[in-house]
Amino acid sequence: MNANIKTLDERQDFIVCNKKDNRAIKCDKNSLEGSVSQRACVYCGARVVLNPITDAVHIVHGPIGCASYTWDIRGSLSSGEETYRNSFSTDLREDDIIFGGEKKLAAAIDEITEKNRPKAVFVYSTCVVGVIGDDLEAVCRIASEKHGINVIPVQSTGFAGNKAMGYRAACEALMRLMETENAHSPDVTRAAKQPEGNLINILGDFNLAGEIWIIKNYLREIGIDVVSKITGDSTIEEIRKAPAASFNIIQCAGSMGYLGKLMKEKYGLPFIKISFIGVEDTVKSMLRIAMMTKNPEIIEKAEEFTEEQASITEFQLGKYRDRLRGKRAAAYVGGGFKAVSLIKQLKDLDIKPVLIGTQTGKKEDYDNIRELTDEGTIIVDDSNPTELEHFIKTQKADFLIGGVKERPLAYKLGIGFCDHNHERKHPLCGFEGAVNFAKEVDASVNSPVWRHIRTKI
Amino acid sequence: MLDLTPKELKEREALIINPAKTCQPIGAMYAALGIHRCLPHSHGSQGCCSYHRMHLTRHFRDPVMASTSSFTEGSSVFGGKSNLKTAAKNIFAIYNPDVIAVHTTCLSETIGDDINAIIADIEIPEGKRMIHANTPSYQGSHITGFSNMVKGIVNYLAESASDHPEVKTDNINIIPGFVNPADMREIKRITSLLGIPYIMFPDTSGVVDSPNTGKYEMYPRGGAKVDDIAKTGDSKATVALGKFASEQGAFELEKKCGVKPYVLKTPIGIRATDDYIMKLLKLTQKEVPYELEEERGQLVDIMTDTHMHFHGKEVAIFGDPDIVTAMTEFCLSLGMRPKYILTGTPGEAFSREINELMMDVAVNYQVKAAGDLFTLHQWIKNDPVDLIIGNTYGKYISKAEDIPLVRLGFPILDRSVHSYMPVAGYKGAMRLIEMISNAILDREDRDAEDCDFELVM
Repeated sequence: MNANIKTLDERQDFIVCNKKDNRAIKCDKNSLEGSVSQRACVYCGARVVLNPITDAVHIVHGPIGCASYTWDIRGSLSSGEETYRNSFSTDLREDDIIFGGEKKLAAAIDEITEKNRPKAVFVYSTCVVGVIGDDLEAVCRIASEKHGINVIPVQSTGFAGNKAMGYRAACEALMRLMETENAHSPDVTRAAKQPEGNLINILGDFNLAGEIWIIKNYLREIGIDVVSKITGDSTIEEIRKAPAASFNIIQCAGSMGYLGKLMKEKYGLPFIKISFIGVEDTVKSMLRIAMMTKNPEIIEKAEEFTEEQASITEFQLGKYRDRLRGKRAAAYVGGGFKAVSLIKQLKDLDIKPVLIGTQTGKKEDYDNIRELTDEGTIIVDDSNPTELEHFIKTQKADFLIGGVKERPLAYKLGIGFCDHNHERKHPLCGFEGAVNFAKEVDASVNSPVWRHIRTKI
Repeated sequence: MLDLTPKELKEREALIINPAKTCQPIGAMYAALGIHRCLPHSHGSQGCCSYHRMHLTRHFRDPVMASTSSFTEGSSVFGGKSNLKTAAKNIFAIYNPDVIAVHTTCLSETIGDDINAIIADIEIPEGKRMIHANTPSYQGSHITGFSNMVKGIVNYLAESASDHPEVKTDNINIIPGFVNPADMREIKRITSLLGIPYIMFPDTSGVVDSPNTGKYEMYPRGGAKVDDIAKTGDSKATVALGKFASEQGAFELEKKCGVKPYVLKTPIGIRATDDYIMKLLKLTQKEVPYELEEERGQLVDIMTDTHMHFHGKEVAIFGDPDIVTAMTEFCLSLGMRPKYILTGTPGEAFSREINELMMDVAVNYQVKAAGDLFTLHQWIKNDPVDLIIGNTYGKYISKAEDIPLVRLGFPILDRSVHSYMPVAGYKGAMRLIEMISNAILDREDRDAEDCDFELVM
């Protein structure tokens, strides 16, 4: 075994030491009972994907907690409507559990539609709703007819799978939204026949810190227009129009790969997976998007634009590279695709990735990660604080990249931290994002505060 | 911001918008963290545990550890017995806590897992303990969950060593309620100054405000020790601070071991702190040391220095019932006019207590239990206030209506240091005055025309 860590035998297969032991890494499995897992549930997956739709009412059908914990936590920004920043819940009580919550749900939908006619309502099922067996489909269908708006059920009962199942439920809800509009639309058929157009959808970007605006601007620079942003800073109208695009680009493949697949089947839209994390992947992604259009003018513009931006960024990164050279990074992130981009970005900054983990990475992600990282890098699936602590120490990491729950762990261990999740306060995508990332890591790793931890009185 | 909120008030039966509470399990988790070397365990889906840890982590900015039974579709059909049994085995094997404190969720409650029976069937290693509390999310609120876990602690851990229940030690039990560790520290400091031996439980000081030493301790030094909790059955009396969070635990201890309970307000503000000290003096025949007299005198001095800033100022107070009640009393002491008083936690006792406080005050006010922030916003829209006191979620109303917000209670997600500084006791009251008067005076400075802008205030 790669490292002497006190962990259960069952966990050993989820941890490998790269290029030293050649075992396959186990992944894509349920967490162990009793583990302090950093993972969430089906509902969480659905909610994070759909919540950024700015003009929708998101009603959480269940006891209050599920709505409370997800109230405006995503950090998704809006250029217009703010409806999504409210938290709606049926707040199921004991009587509802005994007698069923359908009536209350119907009444709740009535109450919000009477007050303020929303463009659409998403209704999320939660654990307890799955057990008492409320018929969400029926309630939503009746409410749709009654109010003349889309009321869409999201089948996100918490225990029925993992977060990835929630992504699927969200993708299915999005498909239903598109279908209501596009069943007979001529635009859709046109799009299916001409994949080389310059109209695209961005899937899997949630506009954290305004990132989707950056990407949209890049695309405009090279002559590509965005039909639909799914779901960062989006509106119901905009999502309904998505099938009219020529093709889809998918940023967060973990959550939106499935939607890409569904839209391909249904509307014939091809998709490519791209990543705007780090200079290398941003350049590559821009060029691939341009190639998809088969339009020489766009391709040429893309080449010029990326070359220019990359050289500006290269210049800006220079001073950070000097300050970060040789630092050792640990990263524990949600999806495998992000981990892969991060590794490239870290290497570009002359930082050594020494520990890479993901909550929901797939086999092919882990193959990529092994390929990209050096000998001795620890790779771990669905980790927990005890393991992370152990490997941060043995791998002598200088900082950790992660989310909310990992931040205080890093600080207690006296190392820097960069939030690459919902709490990022600066855009971390694209060329600007690459500079911001370097700046954030530098500000944390090279802060004077760490010195005081080692000083004694 | 919050453009959705209409002025016109309409009774809602089914829909909660912008909750002023969350669900039971997180309260139980927080209470369990107040036991030394205890790992809270969430018996339900992974999401619950993940959300609670995230929320607590954001409030305290410290690692929050808890494990989960990781329910799957199978457990929801066949029950979670095997999940909990496996979990217990794994937890003792890897994380090695002294106590596992299980709380239930809406899921495990609805499928009807009998935790008592399951625990009785588990082989608990020598010297280790496993306790539980039923915390169905569809009853009460997070405060109810806290209260239930305190009851669970009493049920499992409190003992009466003596064969003669009338023979008691000099110890006073203190149940502090759902407050920050800084408040627990302050309450302990005051009690120590009085020279009174005490046992506080739960006690999260030293757990969620642990010092940074460059080392990560899964179980920091703080928390009520199991041996001490065991002794609570022989204590002279129990002082339960806060009716909603602490009363039930004290009653349970009376039932179990015959320890007399005294339910007081959370000691926030001058009167509630006086009451706390007076009660202790009465129970122990001790005298007030000069140090406390001096502190109280300083507080009174500050109150007289600043009273003109407060007089007649209208304030909206929302949050958890025990804290809101005490804060309302303090606002009255300062000459402010509490106009809207709201908690999300259900319970008639809340309105009753507030009505009693307001009896002698000739002001119009509205009070509501089981309310939400949408209602509070509507009230304010119809007739504004000078100041809002409540948790972070008040910031939307604060921004929409341009009214200053003083952050108090749980959760505070957008400011730091709050959990290290008390609001309880005389010192805490001084701090509250500083916070409130700064908010009011900053606003006056901001709003002042150049000609009215003053150096000395």
